[in-house]
Amino acid sequence: MAAVPNAKIEPPLPGANLQALREVVADFDYDQLLWASGYLAGLARSGVGAAVAAPQPAAAAGADAWTVFYASETGNARRVANALAEKARAAGLAVDIQDLADYKPKALAKVANAVFVVPTHGIGEPPDGSELFFEFWLGERAPRLEQLRYSVLALGDSSYADFCVMGQRLDERLRALGATPVVERIDCDVDFEAPAGEWTEKVLAHATESATALATPVIRSAHLHAVPKTAAPTRERPHHAEILVDQPITGLGSSKDVRHIELDLEGSGIAYLPGDSLGIVPQNPVPLVEALLETVKLDGAAEVTVNGEAMALATALAGHKEITVLSRPLVETVAQRHEALRSVLSDRERLTGFFATRQVIDLFADYPLEWQPQPLVDSLRRLTPRLYSIASSPDANPEEAHLTVSIVRYDLYGRAHWGAASNFLAGGAETVPVYLEANERFRLPADGDVPVVMVGAGTGVAPYRAFVEHRAEHGHTGDNWLVYGDRCFATDFLYQLEWLRWRKEGVLTHMDVAFSRDGADKVYVQHRLREQSRRLYDWLERGAHLYVCGDAERMAGDVHQALLDVVRKEGGMSEERAQEYVAGLKTQKRYQRDVY
Amino acid sequence: MTDKPLSPLEGLKKRSNYLRGTLVESLVDPLTGALREDDTQLSKFHGFYQQDDRDVRAERTRRKLEPAYQFMVRVRIPGGIATPKQWLELDRLATTHGNGTLRLTTRQAFQFHGVLKGALKPVIRGINDVLLSTIAACGDVTRNVMCAPLAELSDVHEAAYGMATALSQYLAPKTRAYHEIWLDGEKIAGPDHEPIYGETYMPRKFKITLAVPPSNDVDVFAHDLGFIAIEKGGQLAGFDVVVGGGMGATHGEPATYPRVGDVIGFCTLEQTLAVALHVAGIQRDFGDRSERKHARLKYTIDDRGVDWFKAELDRRLGFPLALPEPFEFKTRGDRFGWQPARDGRWHLTLFVPAGRVRDTEKHRVLTGLRELARIHQGDFRLTPNQNLIVANIPDAERARVEELLDAHGVQRLQSGSPLKLQALACVALPTCGLAMAEAERYLPELTDKLEALLERHGLTEEAISLRVSGCPNGCSRPYLAEIALVGKAVGRYNLFLGGDALGHRMNRLAEENVGEARILETLDRLFAGFVAQRTPGESFGDFTNRSVFREEDA
Ligand code: SRM
Ligand SMILES: Cc1cc2nc3c(=O)[nH]c(=O)nc-3n(C[C@H](O)[C@H](O)[C@H](O)COP(=O)(O)OP(=O)(O)OC[C@H]3O[C@@H](n4cnc5c(N)ncnc54)[C@H](O)[C@@H]3O)c2cc1C
Ligand SMILES: Cc1cc2nc3c(=O)[nH]c(=O)nc-3n(C[C@H](O)[C@H](O)[C@H](O)COP(=O)(O)O)c2cc1C
Ligand code: SF4
Repeated sequence: MAAVPNAKIEPPLPGANLQALREVVADFDYDQLLWASGYLAGLARSGVGAAVAAPQPAAAAGADAWTVFYASETGNARRVANALAEKARAAGLAVDIQDLADYKPKALAKVANAVFVVPTHGIGEPPDGSELFFEFWLGERAPRLEQLRYSVLALGDSSYADFCVMGQRLDERLRALGATPVVERIDCDVDFEAPAGEWTEKVLAHATESATALATPVIRSAHLHAVPKTAAPTRERPHHAEILVDQPITGLGSSKDVRHIELDLEGSGIAYLPGDSLGIVPQNPVPLVEALLETVKLDGAAEVTVNGEAMALATALAGHKEITVLSRPLVETVAQRHEALRSVLSDRERLTGFFATRQVIDLFADYPLEWQPQPLVDSLRRLTPRLYSIASSPDANPEEAHLTVSIVRYDLYGRAHWGAASNFLAGGAETVPVYLEANERFRLPADGDVPVVMVGAGTGVAPYRAFVEHRAEHGHTGDNWLVYGDRCFATDFLYQLEWLRWRKEGVLTHMDVAFSRDGADKVYVQHRLREQSRRLYDWLERGAHLYVCGDAERMAGDVHQALLDVVRKEGGMSEERAQEYVAGLKTQKRYQRDVY
Repeated sequence: MTDKPLSPLEGLKKRSNYLRGTLVESLVDPLTGALREDDTQLSKFHGFYQQDDRDVRAERTRRKLEPAYQFMVRVRIPGGIATPKQWLELDRLATTHGNGTLRLTTRQAFQFHGVLKGALKPVIRGINDVLLSTIAACGDVTRNVMCAPLAELSDVHEAAYGMATALSQYLAPKTRAYHEIWLDGEKIAGPDHEPIYGETYMPRKFKITLAVPPSNDVDVFAHDLGFIAIEKGGQLAGFDVVVGGGMGATHGEPATYPRVGDVIGFCTLEQTLAVALHVAGIQRDFGDRSERKHARLKYTIDDRGVDWFKAELDRRLGFPLALPEPFEFKTRGDRFGWQPARDGRWHLTLFVPAGRVRDTEKHRVLTGLRELARIHQGDFRLTPNQNLIVANIPDAERARVEELLDAHGVQRLQSGSPLKLQALACVALPTCGLAMAEAERYLPELTDKLEALLERHGLTEEAISLRVSGCPNGCSRPYLAEIALVGKAVGRYNLFLGGDALGHRMNRLAEENVGEARILETLDRLFAGFVAQRTPGESFGDFTNRSVFREEDA
């Protein structure tokens, strides 16, 4: 074998580098070496190599080089973008891949060929970290982009009123700035894999046409697939984790049912860090499936096919289809027969409200149709995994991951409602299918002496349990300040005993709590931050990292506003200066959010 | 005094800067419903105890939540006399900040339960707003001074009550800490001071009570210091002095035991304060400060002898205490229903099961008394038997009062055998941290079962005193009852028998660590024997005293 690589790697590499390279590739097998050569060639094209290292690689890219831009909170866009880039490289294209969160917005002005994979988050907002890019290019001061040829893939979730708006806005804006669309934008719902795959092929087709063929031999995908030898579970191939503990941690008489769940990851190949989430591939609650069949008056035994596979309707509804969260297409289908629904669809506010409190069963019950088995499953989305922040330190709990799960279970519109994943986790199942959803945008500072401020409400406190446990485990000396909010002190103080212990041990330097339903006037975490404005600003000035986790609807925004006000007040700054200060925190990765 | 090291609490008192400790910091800590450990001791001197709902303790720990911390707040109210205005405020505090009940105690005080840390300040302030206090309601100080509420001999009672309030004020701690912390009194410049107690206060709780014969409702022999009113020509002449009584004991520790006080002499009204001061003084100086289980006056006296104590007291008084005057107790229980006061007005004594004023389906006692307080022109008096006297009702008002109580189902509560109406039970579970078994919550069930037995033996009208305590500390003064259950473990009690009806003679352990079935069986047998073998006029206590303990007496 050795002969092959030697033939490939010829000087002009100086001895030292050559040696280094030899070491790196020493235990590569044939496939890997072939792939690596193509990869390196690609790098050379896009100018990533150390020799041509430029502050913004894409800026140095040649006319036929492609840059794949993505922004991602929960990893979908990253996955799509990576897949696309790999395919392109396999096709011998020079491809650079860029996370918009790390990208200097102006640099786009020099890019010739771009592909954007853009999800929408918050309430029709850009994914965390990418705000600056969108602010700049959607804003007034954006320059013309005549040189740019681009394609946009929008990711979204049609259960939100602002479906895929960020992708749409970017697409329209680039067009308006004179850029040339190459492949038409598509708006993907949560089951984006198939459409995204087709779209990717189109993009590649165009790219290979325009791009001049490259020196390196095109590697057949056969080899490609041999390359990533990762055993790590994925959404498609999850690990079945045993449930070790399912312990309610809200007190008797609480308005909520929150569970502390401990999962066994032994032999799963999952290696996580504090800040990561676990993806749960759920089964829908049996009573819900029955209630649904009852509502549409269909027999669960009726045969249907889902992606070419034949199965009983009940099975499809239980394990393959989304029967809790509503989707726009579904509502649209039903609306064809129900006048009343159309007005809802056309009114953003009403639609948001509709999605917020209604599930599939409400739609079917309140807007009845003559459903047939196959059309029914076809109009339902694929059942998508749910994410849960990991609440444990891997080093303090080897081979385990802990979750903090708020059970979605409520009665409304005269019928019972369940959440799919939360009830699956707490439903007495022996094992649950899980995969790791790493989150590089929610990490403890590498330096254990750096102070951290953790702001979280409700289950948003989960990752902080992991953070504090991790720092305690490693004897990190950095100060830890937790600002936590929930409903009632008496029943909803999640992990109270642990926080008290960590405070006693001196690990938790400071903690503030806000319980919204105890006093006459509602207090939330942002109020505590305002009360503590001096302390907060001091900590930030001391280089503290600030984290926000939990409710996206209100908390995240209110906390952000509080932060701006604190910085303005304590730093004696103007509105703009404060904006920049906070933006600065973001670019330095000292202001990280994980909101849902 | 012993040469053993001082008990940790002594150091704590000394360090506390006259009971301040870190209470202020404890109160504002938002992460816990509890106080810092040291402050849980100091809080007692301020009149409240940290507790937690023991019914849910284990479950909450499993849920990673701290215990359901809450506080018992005790009111200092000498002689247990409250005005309607005061009653209404206490009722308001109990309903807004407590668990919706008021607890009438065996020492004629009010207790709130279930008060959360954040509500302590409003509650204590509210109590003070109506000229009551909580200071020294608990802790190593002179506790709430009891006084016979018995109202027939009004002049004597009035005078005795006057003395009770005087003693209460005179012996109350003088530290400014209480005002500083609860009433936002401004901090005093310079060091605080405590003229009577000094910075380490008493070695242990110190209890004073005043009895007015012929009733011994206050159980005058159960307290560190007792005064028995001596009447001359319808007026209060002075008191016989009783020292060294106490109930508390600990299972399996013979060195701890209940004790009836000794009558050591007589003092005139003028001498009374001095006597109280010096009895307390002797206990302050000679009481055991290393072993808290051995720190009550009863042990100081037993260790050194009554004669030593008398001598030391005479020395401190500067004159010898006169010889005791004769007195006679004829009753101990409350006399329910209407009784005339001398001035033509009326007193109405109401049965309050285990002293718990609350609303239930059938009996809305809390609401009923609230309504009553709105129209009542006299006052309310808490009896040492956990019952309530609505005192000084004008003749014209009687009908209205009865209607009102009837409307709230309070009247319907009043029926029952003397045994049931006189029974006492301490609080015990779920709030009392020392409880080993149920008491208050178990009493109704127990009395129902006993009434069935009594009926079977035709003893329904026999006034037999029954007292239940959830542990040997004896908060219901069980050792002075004819029948007593003292908690050993959930569902298991030590059965004591043979006390006399008037509280002179203590009962004795008849059966150890037994359950209900066994207890009922034993009593069924004894009731039968009592009917068959009682001598004329003999009480059940006297009967069991001579029949049950033959072997040990032989
Ligand atoms: C409320 C009351 C019983 C009742 O049902 O009425 C009561 C309740 C408690 N008593 Fe008592 N005692 C009460 C009268 C008594 C009596 C009777 C009396 O004084 O006439 C005694 C026996 C006499 C004596 O002191 O010897 C009594 C002897 C004790 C003892 C044992 C003291 C001793 O030196 O042996 C304790 C435990 C202790 O102090 O360590 C105690 C401790 C307690 C505590 C505070 C438990 C604790 O220390 O954590 C109980 C609170 C329970 C709760 O949840 O409310 N309580 N306690 C009485 C309140 C009186 C008051 O208003 O101040
Ligand atoms: C990165 C990330 C981290 C997360 N971490 C956590 C975590 O640590 N802990 C946690 O509990 N969750 C976490 N979540 C949320 C979690 O992923 C699920 O969304 C949540 O548990 C609900 O999922 P479900 O399948 O049980 O309910 P679903 O089947 O998804 O049903 C939810 C639907 O029910 C309806 N609904 C829900 N509640 C109500 C209500 N009160 N009234 C009316 N209608 C209602 C709404 O239509 C809602 O869309 C996280 C999400 C993300 C994206
Ligand atoms: C907190 C949150 C808010 C979201 N808000 C929207 C929205 O307003 N509109 C929309 O179309 N999709 C919304 N989505 C769906 C995401 O865009 C979709 O899940 C996408 O696949 C996420 O891509 P990513 O994993 O790369 O972040 C939201 C998702 C989350 C977790
Ligand atoms: S006797 Fe024991 S159980 Fe009963 S109240 Fe007193 S201390 Fe508590």
